[in-house]
Amino acid sequence: MEMKYKSENRQLTITLTGELDHHAAKGLMEAIDRCMEQNLPVKTLLDLGGLTFMDSSGIAVVLRAKRRMEALAGALVVVNIPRQAARVLETAGLDRYVDLI
Amino acid sequence: MKTKSTNYINLEFLSRSANEAFARGAAACFAAQLDPTLEELGDIKTAVSEAVTNAIVHAYPDSLGKIVMKARILDGDVLEITIRDWGRGIPDVDKARQPLYTTGGEERSGMGFTIMESFMDALTVRSGEGKGTRVTMRRRIVPRRVSR
Ligand SMILES: Nc1ncnc2c1ncn2[C@@H]1O[C@H](COP(=O)(O)OP(=O)(O)OP(=O)(O)O)[C@@H](O)[C@H]1O
Ligand SMILES: [Mg+2]
Repeated sequence: MEMKYKSENRQLTITLTGELDHHAAKGLMEAIDRCMEQNLPVKTLLDLGGLTFMDSSGIAVVLRAKRRMEALAGALVVVNIPRQAARVLETAGLDRYVDLI
Repeated sequence: MKTKSTNYINLEFLSRSANEAFARGAAACFAAQLDPTLEELGDIKTAVSEAVTNAIVHAYPDSLGKIVMKARILDGDVLEITIRDWGRGIPDVDKARQPLYTTGGEERSGMGFTIMESFMDALTVRSGEGKGTRVTMRRRIVPRRVSR
């Protein structure tokens, strides 16, 4: 699991690559929190294009990122969702709460 | 009843989170002999990851314990996977299987059993408080190749 980010005009783009499971999620949640605190974005794009696997641990990561953005009065959009991850997010009904593109 | 088994594996491992990837990878490698599609493999890996993560997170919350994963082929085209732990157990299995039910706080979403159920054909959960939990999942892999 690798996380990269770039921040431009208070738009934050977080790019994830590798496998997002419980093992990876622990550190990832903290890293995303820290990144948002430092950059205070009004909009965050969470780019899942590089994920080769995601389970329900990823649902908690997305929901937490969404709550953090709401606390900053900003928005979260999840983009480039691979097929397997999309199946997990849809089964959880996350498309009703989060912008998935 | 489908019970004729033609192949099996048994794996025992410690409840460390680093073993989540190992367990789902091993299950996918075993399943490969049924010639599944990439999507079927993804479903199997996801369901195994959910069951193994539950054993790591919920069965042994403050300690390390033993997890056993068994996989077998039934009647030539059905994959059966069992994940067993000897941890805390689930007091009310029906309640635990409800979507969004979780005792895991902010880090969990309560969707694991729902995902196992919808990604596999059948899910059985047996558990006893203080005794542990056994999760059994089955998925038929429809043969793709037309023989002859
Ligand atoms: N092996 C287990 N041992 C003890 N309790 C378990 C076990 N598996 C599941 N549970 C209980 O069942 C609940 C529901 O499990 P489920 O996998 O559906 O959701 P979760 O693990 O809480 O969240 P998620 O899987 O979405 O991250 C858990 O919160 C836990 O209380
Ligand atoms: Mg779970």
